[in-house]
Amino acid sequence: MELVCPAGTPAALRAAVDAGAHCIYCGFADETNARNFPGLNFSRSELAQAVGYAHARGAKVLVAINTFPTAGKETLWHSAVADAETAGADAVILADLGLLAHTAERHPDLRRHLSVQAAAANPDAINFYAQAFDVRRVVLPRVLSVEEIAAINREIDVETEVFVFGGLCVMAEGRCSLSSYATGRSPNMNGVCSPPEHVDYATEGTDSVARLGGFTIHRTPKGGVAPYPTLCKGCFTSGDKTGHVFEDAVSLDASKLVPKLAKAGVTALKIEGRQRSRAYVAQIVRAFRAVTDALEDGRDPPALALARLSEGQAATTGAYAKTWR
Amino acid sequence: MDLTVAPNPFFWSADAVRSFYATLSDAPVARVVLGELVCSKRLPFWQDEIPLAVDSLQAGGKQVALTSLALITLRRERKLTADLLGLGLPVEVNDLSALHHIPQGVPFWVGPLVNVYNEGTLRWLARRGATRICLPPELPMASVAVLAEVAQAEGVALEVWGHGRLPLAISGRCYHARLHERAKDSCQFVCEQDPDGRDVDTLEGQRFLTVNGVQTLSQAYACMADHAVALRDMGISALRLQPQSAGFDALCADYAHLLAGDLSAQALVENLGAAHPDMQFCDGFGRDSAGATWRGHAVPV
Repeated sequence: MELVCPAGTPAALRAAVDAGAHCIYCGFADETNARNFPGLNFSRSELAQAVGYAHARGAKVLVAINTFPTAGKETLWHSAVADAETAGADAVILADLGLLAHTAERHPDLRRHLSVQAAAANPDAINFYAQAFDVRRVVLPRVLSVEEIAAINREIDVETEVFVFGGLCVMAEGRCSLSSYATGRSPNMNGVCSPPEHVDYATEGTDSVARLGGFTIHRTPKGGVAPYPTLCKGCFTSGDKTGHVFEDAVSLDASKLVPKLAKAGVTALKIEGRQRSRAYVAQIVRAFRAVTDALEDGRDPPALALARLSEGQAATTGAYAKTWR
Repeated sequence: MDLTVAPNPFFWSADAVRSFYATLSDAPVARVVLGELVCSKRLPFWQDEIPLAVDSLQAGGKQVALTSLALITLRRERKLTADLLGLGLPVEVNDLSALHHIPQGVPFWVGPLVNVYNEGTLRWLARRGATRICLPPELPMASVAVLAEVAQAEGVALEVWGHGRLPLAISGRCYHARLHERAKDSCQFVCEQDPDGRDVDTLEGQRFLTVNGVQTLSQAYACMADHAVALRDMGISALRLQPQSAGFDALCADYAHLLAGDLSAQALVENLGAAHPDMQFCDGFGRDSAGATWRGHAVPV
């Protein structure tokens, strides 16, 4: 199984390659990718160098161009695709119909993966993208159980890639405007969710409060520290219920499900976290590489001690184990 | 410019559905999209109303289309989607997998839950057969203006979200069931208790979001009355109004008067406020701002 690892910087990319990543995904430093954070991502020359470094060590580089191009400014996205091809990228990860059509027509030899931002959640959607744009791999949305993934793989001819570790979108990705409702900036348009320039931390009495666009997302009493106000992970009130209405402050850890995912026909395992440090990336990559190597050799995969690397210190298997059903 | 009624995203009883569409047959709207958008489990409870509603709406001179589900995952949901095509009405695609079932050349509509953000996507859909597209609500006005020009060149009618709680997100998880500490498969249809969704406030009592099964909406009602003239001048051909459980006929009439130029935006907003004292409004997406803002101001607590 292929391990697809995040890199927000050239240093993180080298760390991931050195730690045994089969594949690294990254993006350009602009709004063409869904991790458009200050200080992150690659210039054109950095990408070319990174591809050289990875290829020399047998690893592949995938370039995420997975936001939805802005009307009137499509050339920014078109040049990102062209520049990824020029830099020698092994594939581009796309979500927008128009950009997929453009890439299939103008860059037919550049391998196309369907981003999770396209939220293709069933065989009909995947077969549609495969037939229309010759997409070769689809990153599955994090709303499916392992059984559903196995069923999907029986009906499609393209590869599937699934998230196994890191931040967890509880909404169908690429179809969520919660962030822009509160702040005006969204993953689809700007490549950001709950962006820091709209975050306000305050101490009120003994409470620590974290707001997003003026809306209170967390209020932690008695000297505790309010977590980062990612909108869907917030604590809210509805009728007589107060709590995490959408999702607890957990992150995804499907490491124990890797053998089942392999049986379900999954080709690649994806680790979220282009915004994380190179030390974090190296540690996660090494741990998961031990799992995929064991699987290749027919051994039982080692249990991973990744709990302290999980966001919010608690982990979930998300939709994979069907607990949402 | 005219009016399109969006599919009702909420779970209403069959009786409520019947009376809603019977009344709507006489409303001054040009077209109606109906069908189950949010949760396929609800459909058996009201699907027998659909042909009746179609007949009465068509008798009232309305153009009628059937929506796909917003998130199609299960086998029976895929079959449901494939079957929509055989019903002789235009299909409104709200999950792109519906396109897998629509042959090239067969006309279809595209709903606001499909990501149409740019010219390339709009042109591709037009050439695939799209004749009518409702843009995603979060789209900035500058984008709407660019897309309106392309749509006219491609012969596509373009719609903008005009009124109603904004559809902000769709999930594999059911929040109604979660709030009732139930799993999705044993939800016992608790969403039926909330005909306009269940409100979610911040810990400080700010009114914020509304959950509707697997869907999350804004708690404030989008109202694009202030922007109707600008949208018409751009070439937008319809405003889309989302059903709500009370006062929808009066609301349709007011928006029709607004488009006819015999009711001001201010008067429309005042009418709405008088009829629905608890209703909060927002129009931030029309002002390139946070969607929750209203007329340039943060939503009051």
